[in-house]
Amino acid sequence: MSKKNWPLWEVFVRSKNGLEHRHFGSLRAADADMAMENARDVYTRRSEGVSIWVVESNNITASNPENNGELFEPAADKVYRHPTFYDLPDEVKHM
Amino acid sequence: MSDKEVKNLEEIFEARITRDEKIEPKDWMPEKYRKTHIRQISQHAHSEIVGMLPEGNWISRAPSLRRKVALLAKVQDEAGHGLYLYSACETLGISREELYEQLHTGKAKYSSIFNYPTVSWADMGAIGWLVDGAAIINQVPLCSTSYGPYARAMIRVCKEESFHQRQGFEIMLKLANGTPEQKDMAQDALNRWWWPSLMMLGPTDAESVHTAQSMKWKLKRKTNDELRQQFIDQTVPQADLLGLTIPDSDLKWNEETGHYDFGEINWDEFWQVVKGHGPSNKKRMKDRVGAWDRGAWVRDAAMEYADKKEKRKNDTKKAV
Repeated sequence: MSKKNWPLWEVFVRSKNGLEHRHFGSLRAADADMAMENARDVYTRRSEGVSIWVVESNNITASNPENNGELFEPAADKVYRHPTFYDLPDEVKHM
Repeated sequence: MSDKEVKNLEEIFEARITRDEKIEPKDWMPEKYRKTHIRQISQHAHSEIVGMLPEGNWISRAPSLRRKVALLAKVQDEAGHGLYLYSACETLGISREELYEQLHTGKAKYSSIFNYPTVSWADMGAIGWLVDGAAIINQVPLCSTSYGPYARAMIRVCKEESFHQRQGFEIMLKLANGTPEQKDMAQDALNRWWWPSLMMLGPTDAESVHTAQSMKWKLKRKTNDELRQQFIDQTVPQADLLGLTIPDSDLKWNEETGHYDFGEINWDEFWQVVKGHGPSNKKRMKDRVGAWDRGAWVRDAAMEYADKKEKRKNDTKKAV
């Protein structure tokens, strides 16, 4: 039995330049170097990426769905943040 | 939480699934949903991992370099699929160690198909063609299952799986068009893998205890019998193309239903294999547990080394 279990890492991959890194999945590795090598083998066997980020899952702070109301609902009634809220004459074609 | 509150949450939850919303790891979910998903996703992950063993058997004896790189890549994919699925399963709050423990102690099951031996090279063809073919039929509907991490893992798995089936079919095609001995080998493999492949799609609907609930959660989109029929309908013409005979004298096209009728499946055999009495159950578990145990020192050493590097980095920082 192992003395200590390998920690969990989250893997983010940029599929091609010009695009953002996107979460691809997670894996177990002893350290960052191994996480990088494993990410290469597990998530990019078919040229899925040109750049990889790995971050230990412990270091991620995630919002809790229970707080979704207070976090996200205030945005729902702020229609004035959207262009369609403003009435313009038809003559103004593109704005 | 009171029973009433739970019931209320359950109703909201079921409504979300009905609306085709995805469930994500931190969302509230009924305990049964969590347990069922842990069971199914882990079985699936274990099947990928154990599935490497019957094929690994032939890597060193592949008949050409072309076949060898393909088989290696396929087995590597299976390791990858296992890993995607284990991490999807871990999001439900079970640890990787517990999952391995369940596999190694026989508490968790894996696909019964991997408890059959791979005795000839043609088995690599038959596995790719039939076993991966049946797996694809099973897996494609799961790409739209309700649990987000599982669905995302399945999309990746399905993308990679079609190469597996094609490489298997190509092996069969080559053998079927080869010498009479090679063709016999292909036929023999089909004879041995046909029925287990049909069983692999699970017990008949009448016997399947989880189907109703799983359909509701979109963990299953078609019943076992529907999937089996789909597999047979698509595979029979492929066997014809190979010039091989499917070992079922009752198999015939039914003009009325638009499907193939087929013979009785030996479910006793299926349950025997599931219960651990298949031809290779013991060997598979011995190999798997052995590989895990023999690798323990490597895992420990990697962790030690990681700690040492970390410590050294911190010491250097302090010194500066």
